[in-house]
Amino acid sequence: MTDARAQIQQALDENEVVLFMKGTKEMPQCGFSSRVAGVLNYMGVAYRDVNVLADEGVRQGIKDFSNWPTIPQLYVKGEFIGGCDIVTEMTLAGELDELFDQKEITYNKEAADKIREANA
Amino acid sequence: MAIEAHEIEALIREAFPDATITVNDLAGDGNHYAAEVIDESFRGKNRVEQQRAVYAALNGKMDGPNGQLHALALTTKAPD
Repeated sequence: MTDARAQIQQALDENEVVLFMKGTKEMPQCGFSSRVAGVLNYMGVAYRDVNVLADEGVRQGIKDFSNWPTIPQLYVKGEFIGGCDIVTEMTLAGELDELFDQKEITYNKEAADKIREANA
Repeated sequence: MAIEAHEIEALIREAFPDATITVNDLAGDGNHYAAEVIDESFRGKNRVEQQRAVYAALNGKMDGPNGQLHALALTTKAPD
């Protein structure tokens, strides 16, 4: 357990954007994880994907860490942003762009606008 | 280990007696739901805080691989 927590903290310390997900960014294994990874991929955000299915300790550990019961979980500069529903809402509302601007995370603004156009 | 929509609604209702609650079974399998909760107590809270409160109301039903509820797409907001 302590080991999982250390692994989680290390991933957050070493990467500005971290997505704890089921599967990998190339091969998501759950629709919700796939949706968030898809948004980040499309927006060209550099992020670390942590596959919770590869480690049962991390799978439970991340839920305890954030006091949040579901996966995926998105973190930006160590701060928990939310799960699939929150990230989706934020993307469509333009709030994810604002967050990335504030936190100085590089992303493709045009791609973000395209997501919103496609879902308008 | 399925759960029914009215059970989810009842759990949320206990914590948010005056909320507007809509629960939909997305896949028809008693396992994948979407819930919308509109409640005055959400005003001034961010989405993470709002959704944490709803998850807390679900009393651990989503915990672990044996949780009764696999997936709940949540939308929360304060009334307009």
